[in-house]
Amino acid sequence: MPDFSTPADWLPWAFASLMGLSILVYVVLDGFDLGVGILFPLADPEEQDRMIGSIGPFWDANETWLVLAVGLLLVAFPTAHGMILSTLYLPVFAMLIGLILRGVAFEFRAKARSRHKVRWNRLFFAGSLITALAQGFMLGLYIMGLEKTVETYLFATLTALCLAAGYGFIGATWLVHKTTRHLQIKALQWARRSLWAVIAGVGAVSMATPLVSDRIFGKWFSFPEILWLAPLPAVSGALIAALWIMLRRMPFAGDRWNWLPFATASVIFAAAYLGLAYSFYPYVVPERLTIYEAAAAPESLMIILVGACFVVPVIIAYSILAYVIFRGKATELRYY
Amino acid sequence: MEALDTLLLSRIQFAANISFHILFPTITIALGWVLLFFRLRFARTRDEKWMAAYRFWVKIFALSFAMGVVSGITMSFQFGTNWPGFMETVGNIAGPLLAYEVLTAFFLEAAFVGIMLFGFSRVPAWLHITATALVAFGTTLSTFWIIVLNSWMHTPQGFEMIDGVAHATDWWAIVFNPSMPYRFAHMVLASFLTVAFLVAGVSAFRWIIGDRSREVRAMLKTGVSIAALLIPVQIFMGDMHGLNTLEYQPQKVAAIEGNWETGPNVPLLLFALPDEAARENRFELGIPNGASMILTHHADGIVPGLNDFVAADGTPLHPPVAPVFWSFRVMVGTGLAMLALSWGAVFFMWRRRHLHDGRIPGHRMAVEGLPKPLLWALVPMAFSGWVATLAGWYTTEIGRQPWLVSGVMTTDMAVADVPAPMVAGTLAIYLAIYAALLIAYVGVIAYLARKAARGDDAPGNSMTHSGKAQVVALNPAE
Repeated sequence: MPDFSTPADWLPWAFASLMGLSILVYVVLDGFDLGVGILFPLADPEEQDRMIGSIGPFWDANETWLVLAVGLLLVAFPTAHGMILSTLYLPVFAMLIGLILRGVAFEFRAKARSRHKVRWNRLFFAGSLITALAQGFMLGLYIMGLEKTVETYLFATLTALCLAAGYGFIGATWLVHKTTRHLQIKALQWARRSLWAVIAGVGAVSMATPLVSDRIFGKWFSFPEILWLAPLPAVSGALIAALWIMLRRMPFAGDRWNWLPFATASVIFAAAYLGLAYSFYPYVVPERLTIYEAAAAPESLMIILVGACFVVPVIIAYSILAYVIFRGKATELRYY
Repeated sequence: MEALDTLLLSRIQFAANISFHILFPTITIALGWVLLFFRLRFARTRDEKWMAAYRFWVKIFALSFAMGVVSGITMSFQFGTNWPGFMETVGNIAGPLLAYEVLTAFFLEAAFVGIMLFGFSRVPAWLHITATALVAFGTTLSTFWIIVLNSWMHTPQGFEMIDGVAHATDWWAIVFNPSMPYRFAHMVLASFLTVAFLVAGVSAFRWIIGDRSREVRAMLKTGVSIAALLIPVQIFMGDMHGLNTLEYQPQKVAAIEGNWETGPNVPLLLFALPDEAARENRFELGIPNGASMILTHHADGIVPGLNDFVAADGTPLHPPVAPVFWSFRVMVGTGLAMLALSWGAVFFMWRRRHLHDGRIPGHRMAVEGLPKPLLWALVPMAFSGWVATLAGWYTTEIGRQPWLVSGVMTTDMAVADVPAPMVAGTLAIYLAIYAALLIAYVGVIAYLARKAARGDDAPGNSMTHSGKAQVVALNPAE
């Protein structure tokens, strides 16, 4: 365990945790709205408007978690930020283009001439898909230690596809919660189909991570660690099985428990993410740079942390407020 | 050569990204407050015209906000992808400032913008007004932090260098660095002027195509009045900012004035072609003693010259002259046009206030009073704020070169070791997308204006089902 006797020891750890939390929140929250974008072409125009309505009030704030995560990487681990992002130059570029396209298409499709709407719809889908693929590709390369070989690119392609499908999955579970009737039935069908991709993705990453590095292998498969680590994969497996059964029986009478698939999916995402975090700790650039080596000066980190302690709870509170205000089934978005 | 190409391409790419980005915050910073004004007027008077104005501009706000968010995300990655040296050297100072921006401002805007846009009928009026106010406050706070960081790069203080890395020693000095108050005020005013002309220009356009609604009158008067009130303040503030620059970055002022030799009685050049190879200007046309008067308030005041800023081996330590010289003149020229137009418009609307066809007592201005040419001139001026703002930023940022952080690190020290063709490729795609988005953005504003002028903007047209509503409403002539 890390030594927490001086600020220089625990500050990097605190910031790694905060950054990790931001990435996780981002993956779940922007995951569902990117997923809704990926599922877009499968719906008819009426349903598409409702899908937009289900993410409209939230997507701005959801993407802000990405800015926070990258911001924390930038401010707390400046060297790592430079190393990771200049290595991932092209996938980062692709992701940014994707985020730009979907963000603006979201607004333009509702405001432009109706004959242009189809074009913006396509861009919304393309932007969401490109973003998801790029993020998955980066995840794959990161797991492979940012090495650039044919094998690592192949693995990154696999994780790209799995993450895109995984976002589609969590997007579908969000729609199960936010929609009714035909669209909800469709969303259940999408969720059932994309669950396979989640299983494949989580499986591939779980198997690849220990194989890439002896260090990670040692962290998982040694005694007694394996005892208290075992619940993580066990719980994930059980939850996937529960989802499998649930999705086949939904919607329940009176539309009860419609939030359960999304909640379960979030827990699975969180479990997979925790596993990854455990594998890579204490490295921020895999096998090259630890969070302690990459950390910025303790005085500067302290200044940020003091602010963060006050502000982050407030952010969480008003983010929850926004979700509470726009709770319930998605309706048309009205500006009045 | 490779390194130089990557450097130049990275600079162009960063300039392209940040230029595209700043267009939208420039609109949202002040438009947030203008929307709050419309919303409060409605809450107070219950006059539907204010709500109609709110509904019209909140759509343009939503669009601009989204453009700002997505292009802002690009900015946060650019540091790492193209300029890793920046954070490695001054990360201990830039980091907390950026972190505070995201924590205090970005989240505030992003979370409440949903309630502001879609919450009108879902939440109580006080909460809707509060959300609108928080979004406006958030955008301004965001501006504050970003300007703090930017100003610190121009006039750094409150730090010490240890092993080539900057460490903060005095946060108060860092935040309230010498150029920050001027730059912040200048930028916020620039945003208000941009929005004032956008509101006035779009309303003039609606008026020209036959919209005589009460909200279009209210919007036009609001826009022109804000412009007429703030443009003198902005000119004054710009002058103060210039004097501050003279004190801390004299080489930038020398480039702005196109002045090569330090000395008294320096003319204010209206036109010149600065030639850096020959270190002189060609085709000079100037007002005698003008620059000395403006900068020192004395005809024989000393104005710094560019030749004082050359290293012993002949390397210039001053910015490239022509771009700074010309950007400055574009900014000032646009500002003067804004002054003439807004004061002219207020004057004519006031002098012919009796023309108001409603004949409501207490009206101090009538849109009917505007002469046709003035009305038409307001339309292209809708985006004049963008021109002036960009020109101003080019003046100050190119004027900072060759430094990235004045006196601390030069720009070439920060650039990433990314192959030049890769930067060129991504730059080309960025430019293509930005051009397309700008066309779409201006096109959609024009379309929304036409639609509103036809009266299709009233409640009943929802956002998500607008596709259908529009088909019915489309003019056969279109």
